[in-house]
Amino acid sequence: MAIISVQEADNPSSRIARFGPEKPLQMDAGPLLAPFSIAYQTYGELNADRSNAILVCHALTGDQHVASAHPLTQKPGWWSAMVGPGRPIDTDRFFVICSNVIGGCMGSTGPASTNPETGSPWGLDLPVVTVRDMVRAQAMLIDHLGIETLFCVAGGSMGGMQVLQWVASYPDRVFSALPIATAPKHSAQNIAFHEVGRQAVMADPDWRGGRYAQFGVRPTKGLAVARMAAHITYLSEGALQRKFGRKLQDRVAPTFSFDADFQIENYLRYQGSSFVDRFDANSYLYVTRACDYFDLAADYGGSLARAFVGAATRFCVVSFTSDWLYPTSDARLIVHALNAATLPVSFVEIETDKGHDAFLLDEPDFIATTRGFLESAAIARGIVQPSKAAAAK
Amino acid sequence: MSEIASQSTARVDLLLVADIVDRGARVLDVGCGDGALLQILTRDRDVDGRGIELSQAGVNGCVAKGLSVVQGDADTDLVDYPDDAFDYVILSQTLQATRRPRQVLEHMLRIGRRAIVSFPNFGHWRIRTELMFRGRMPRTEALNYSWYDTPNIHLCTIHDFVHLVDDLGASIDRAVALDRYGAKMRVNAPWWLWNMFGEQAVFLLHRKRG
Repeated sequence: MAIISVQEADNPSSRIARFGPEKPLQMDAGPLLAPFSIAYQTYGELNADRSNAILVCHALTGDQHVASAHPLTQKPGWWSAMVGPGRPIDTDRFFVICSNVIGGCMGSTGPASTNPETGSPWGLDLPVVTVRDMVRAQAMLIDHLGIETLFCVAGGSMGGMQVLQWVASYPDRVFSALPIATAPKHSAQNIAFHEVGRQAVMADPDWRGGRYAQFGVRPTKGLAVARMAAHITYLSEGALQRKFGRKLQDRVAPTFSFDADFQIENYLRYQGSSFVDRFDANSYLYVTRACDYFDLAADYGGSLARAFVGAATRFCVVSFTSDWLYPTSDARLIVHALNAATLPVSFVEIETDKGHDAFLLDEPDFIATTRGFLESAAIARGIVQPSKAAAAK
Repeated sequence: MSEIASQSTARVDLLLVADIVDRGARVLDVGCGDGALLQILTRDRDVDGRGIELSQAGVNGCVAKGLSVVQGDADTDLVDYPDDAFDYVILSQTLQATRRPRQVLEHMLRIGRRAIVSFPNFGHWRIRTELMFRGRMPRTEALNYSWYDTPNIHLCTIHDFVHLVDDLGASIDRAVALDRYGAKMRVNAPWWLWNMFGEQAVFLLHRKRG
């Protein structure tokens, strides 16, 4: 698996846009990154007006394979509930683009990619990446695809941060925006959990100061622990109780050992060990850091509303009742700012016990809301329904 | 919130409210329900309309209609809106269900240049008769709840409302009372008559001071 994931970092099983020295990426940390690559997937067809493109932004450890099988795990696309034929982000109607973020490990330039100057993986020599860097790179990809205005930018969690950043950075290029289960800034608690994850990675002796690839090892134990801790934050106490409670794993009594006696332990160990098969440890450091640095209001003199002034993008903001990672109060900050900046905004809080991860699931009220929002926005944008388009032919 | 008043009277009320709003205005509909009024306003009167609605079903319906509606509570969320953000802030058949009607009205007058408020009149003769002769909490077609399960916790009469408006230092630009058939009552009728025979009332207000 280790070899395969290195391969994905340089030669992904998807399309890839390579930007040469003439098109460097300006990074917030200071340096220009060149050359660099963006790996991406597309679904559906771009219409003649080039008006039906939706950019999907992935969350922390997501990737470009939003609606097709993951090349390493073969699992279905990570947002199959939302993206696909007849889904709210209907691939029969819209041209859907999803790219791996800068700092990721699935083909866009990240710490696992080969640094052309050294011939070895970038490792920690890659400048620290921000959400704004990710969005700047995406905008270059959208230019590369010859698309002026995106019909919608959609995403949950860190993907939602990119949605907010898109409207702030390129207000004229986003017709509608769908930030889900997200926040305008990372809270102290969010940063704290990420720091636990990073310290777990760096405490693994196989991490070797980030140069593990050169030694032919991987800090899998540390990365697995990081994932276990993070995974707890994606669920809710209620869902954990309902799913696992104090149930024992394949046994009738505790073993008086440190085995995975409880089902929840077994579940988390599985989540940790399967994660390391598909994700790079250094990349985990970079993407968590990008979230931590995200504070959109700070870039606009402390006023979040100012980030959106002048934009006419129509918004639909969604939060989930049991999401304690990016709670409804965070969504309300966004809604408040959008209202103050007089943008058309809808907001709905979906009742669920499935926690932060609810945005990835087939929650009926969530699907119905997003479908209605995109439907009405598509009409306003003059994008015809696929059945009508077929009838016109 | 749309179910608080009965549907038949609510329809007349909506059209009456829609009639007051100038074309092309910026409007906030507080407690917009399924978006019926917002839809009339945006479609027929070219209004830039926004809504606040408590129920998820209501918000979903509004979003599906392409309306910009935020899930929220009139009692707690109006504070988030900046001063003078709207030409009109509308509270249709919702005032009596708020926990702090006075504060809600104050916010409406702060957020909007004008406020439009419609509410059921608890001074109507049928209601008075119920209490007087049956000695029971009134239950009418328009307010069809038992005392123990009614969402209408702050009912008032037209007279009471006029007093509150005065207290708030606001002016009444227009006032209309509807009889039980939804017909407008005579404009020059005295207050006491409205208070007795009006089943609901619609007020257009604006801030006097500040």
